[in-house]
Amino acid sequence: MTFTAPVLSYTLLSPILILLGGALIGVLVEAFISKALRPVVQLTLTLGTLLLSLLQVWRIRGEQSLTAAMGSLVIDGPAALLQGSILVIAIISIFLIADTEHFTPLAAALPGSAEEREATQAGNQVTEVYPLTLFAVSGMMIFPIASDLIMLFVALEMLSLPLYLMAGLSRRRRLASQESALKYFLLGSFASAFFLFGAAYLYGYSGSITFTGIRESVIGGSGNDVLLLIGMAFLTIGLLFKVGAVPFHSWSPDVYQGAPTPITAFMAAATKVAAFGAMLRIFYTVFANAEWSWTPIISAIAIISMLLGSLVAISQRDVKRMLAYSSIAHAGFLLSGIIALNKAGLDATIFYLFAYGVATVGGFAVVTLVRDSAGEVTDLNRWKGLGKRSPFAASAFALFLLAFAGIPLTSGFIGKFSIFSAAYEKGATAVVITGVLSSAIAAFFYIRVIVLMFFTDAVEDGTAVEIPSVLTRATVVISAVITLVLGIYPAPVLDFITNLAIFIR
Amino acid sequence: MKWLSLLMLLPLAGAAIIAALPKNNEKAAKQAALATTLVVMAATIAMAVGFQRDNVDLQFVENYAWIPSFGINFALGVDAIALVLILMSTILAPVVVLAGWNEAHGGRWSVKTFYVLILVLETMMIGVFAATDLFLFYVIFEAMLIPVYFLIGGYGSGERSAAAVKFLLYSLFGGLLMLASIIALYVMSGAQGGHTFDLDKLSQLQMSSTTQNLLFLGFFIAFAIKAPVWPFHTWLPDAAKSATPGTSVLLLGVLDKVGTFGMIRYCLTLFPEASKTFTPLIMILAVISIVYGAFLAIGAKDIKRLIAYTSISHFGFITMGIFAMTSQAQSGATLYMFNHGFSTAALFLVAGWMIARRGSSTISEFGGLQRVTPVMAWSFFIAGMSSLALPGLSSFVSEFLVLVGTFTRYPVHAIIATFGIVLAALYILIPVQKALHGPTTVGNENLKDLNLREKVAIAPVIAVIVVLGFYPSPLLNVINPAAKHVISQMGFTDPVPSIGDK
Repeated sequence: MTFTAPVLSYTLLSPILILLGGALIGVLVEAFISKALRPVVQLTLTLGTLLLSLLQVWRIRGEQSLTAAMGSLVIDGPAALLQGSILVIAIISIFLIADTEHFTPLAAALPGSAEEREATQAGNQVTEVYPLTLFAVSGMMIFPIASDLIMLFVALEMLSLPLYLMAGLSRRRRLASQESALKYFLLGSFASAFFLFGAAYLYGYSGSITFTGIRESVIGGSGNDVLLLIGMAFLTIGLLFKVGAVPFHSWSPDVYQGAPTPITAFMAAATKVAAFGAMLRIFYTVFANAEWSWTPIISAIAIISMLLGSLVAISQRDVKRMLAYSSIAHAGFLLSGIIALNKAGLDATIFYLFAYGVATVGGFAVVTLVRDSAGEVTDLNRWKGLGKRSPFAASAFALFLLAFAGIPLTSGFIGKFSIFSAAYEKGATAVVITGVLSSAIAAFFYIRVIVLMFFTDAVEDGTAVEIPSVLTRATVVISAVITLVLGIYPAPVLDFITNLAIFIR
Repeated sequence: MKWLSLLMLLPLAGAAIIAALPKNNEKAAKQAALATTLVVMAATIAMAVGFQRDNVDLQFVENYAWIPSFGINFALGVDAIALVLILMSTILAPVVVLAGWNEAHGGRWSVKTFYVLILVLETMMIGVFAATDLFLFYVIFEAMLIPVYFLIGGYGSGERSAAAVKFLLYSLFGGLLMLASIIALYVMSGAQGGHTFDLDKLSQLQMSSTTQNLLFLGFFIAFAIKAPVWPFHTWLPDAAKSATPGTSVLLLGVLDKVGTFGMIRYCLTLFPEASKTFTPLIMILAVISIVYGAFLAIGAKDIKRLIAYTSISHFGFITMGIFAMTSQAQSGATLYMFNHGFSTAALFLVAGWMIARRGSSTISEFGGLQRVTPVMAWSFFIAGMSSLALPGLSSFVSEFLVLVGTFTRYPVHAIIATFGIVLAALYILIPVQKALHGPTTVGNENLKDLNLREKVAIAPVIAVIVVLGFYPSPLLNVINPAAKHVISQMGFTDPVPSIGDK
């Protein structure tokens, strides 16, 4: 038996390799650095790794290659854009994660047990979240550039497993947090099983696990269409689960609420970019010629996601759950970019993902600031009068809400306009009209929160707002600036995306 | 000289200065706001002097690339209609600042914030009339809701936050319908020679009549909510009642004009065929607005709601004038927009002073003000007379033109609308009688008359009302060519009067 050494293009893979290297060093830091130094060392290491990786992505942004990793990964413009977005989101999220106040001191201890109390008194901190984050980021970076089914699955698990863990690390309400982690894990496993099942059928259909091979079979139309349809359906279910589209959304409100808020921020923003990135590649290249078969289904899912997300969000009393339902609606908006299946749709979706991701991290960053003595306050009733007590947090949150609502002069408007016009160009009038209508519904509950914060007097046991830590403040400010700049003068970013976003096959 | 962008930048600069002032220096904030609005007014008048009135093309045109990948430009330019409205807005702004010198004190936030919002709003008011790029127009149309929302909800009275939310949701809903139409236009322009939002190019798009009708509705409903035309009017009385008098002036006097202005600039220009299709329906809505608004006003017990209802009636006249498709009615409608701005401003400002002095906005609480506060009472009287279109005051000219212009094409509508004038006499004279005449109501004996600041604020408004009532031709000479141009572009010629021409 002969063994051929794999040929890897290290330069092109360097962003991912840097992340994995950083994550492994992070694990070693856990073992060898003293407890007192760990938080600082880990934060510096993680931030440095992410920045270095971003720099590498920037340097290789113009490269195109199908053979960077023996045909398993593809490097092209959309890859660079999506990876860059994921890294930027990870960097601003890491500032939130650095506030270890959110995490349990000892994840292994039973909630309320003596061990837990001891760990709290000893001032332990779970610095493991840093390497876990880096592992998740590496998975997210691979997900949108995978070009065969095995790699896609590995990336899916690689990004999911650390997130399942991190969702259970909350310091307050640990039982709810652990429940959410378990729910996420169980439902996620189901989704993975569906995904694998679909992958097997696609292999049966095309006789190939590579995207190129499947695409050729789709174009040739030689295989058995039933196999293709089943394979496509189940693979799509796995992906739709990750983006939280209806009817695969049921995990997201619980997980958004139960997970520590910095993790919610990171997960909500970065997972969406990664999963939609992968969907873009799959639907725009692999399944593009079987458009007839999936467009109606995806349109229907987009429509119900938009409507259900917006309608159910109205009745939410918890800010994290409200944002979860809003993210379901946004998954619907993003799906209309997939349906568009044209260059404008590709550009628009990438822009939307970045803009929405940044605003999401910013929004959750504000949520982490609103606290009383027992930790974060997510009950919207207690956000009353926030505008008076802490204008900084309230104004920033209002800005992010306006961006979610798609009000002009925020990034959300440009995103919505571009994605809807791309979908309309394709002829998806029903999707566009539903999108516009559900934007109107969504505006209702976003505005209600603004009313609560600015126009309602505080309740007696008013929420104290902690002086924000410098890092959290930085996240809020960076997100707010990006949201505004992309809303007022998006031309450079749009041009950058338009020039780069071309899939190679 | 880049007049229009200068006009838009000046208030922003003023807002930045005010924002930089120390928080407790309220007086400086007010003075800076007044100075800024005065400078803007002066600059607008200076620009208007250079306007060539026989030239029906857009003037003072500016064009900068904004988002090239979507074909979006920051494009400005005015025709006579837009110029008149910008002029009205920038004259009203300093009046509002001066008249409402103390109205920011009851607010949730600082006085400073109030003036920053007012000035940001002024920039947008200029921009929304001057935009010649559909995308730019839409952005400003939607974005200007935000400062108004905070002005009503933060500085108003009573159920202010509910009123602010109602205002915002109605407007957003209309705006989103318009957005759907805009997206459709954009995509069509892409298929017919490249993506663009240029108004001129969009008006040359080829589309089927069904498409045109649907897109027209998207725009028209947005503007009908904004204007507001019956049955889209229910947000206005609440908003006007809760807002401060100054905010109400800007809301009814300027922002609502964006609706009627939009009907001329966007509905008629972009969808001429659909406009003709829907004209019969719209004329009926307009007549209903005139009569219904008047009846509501007669029944109103609250003075601010009363003024809001009269405005619904007046917007009915404006809409009727726009869709009557004759040049007199069209000129009349534009002149009406200008005059309504001033007569409503006078009504709201004086009513605001009355309410502030009496501490109540119920009409029956006043009485015999003529004896106690003669200057205030006379100001209210003149404003009221202008609102009911008494000959010799400015509104008469415009109402007359609208009715005459409508009569040649829609005699029945015009006759029914004439009843609106009779009803107007009722809805103005009843409160005038109750509030100003008769014996002085107990408790009102010591009300103070207008002080110097208030007199200075109201004087120019009254002056405009009286002067334009007697001598409207300077303004009409500017408006007429533009109105004729709109009508001829639609393919209409004025019908020859069939009676009395032998």
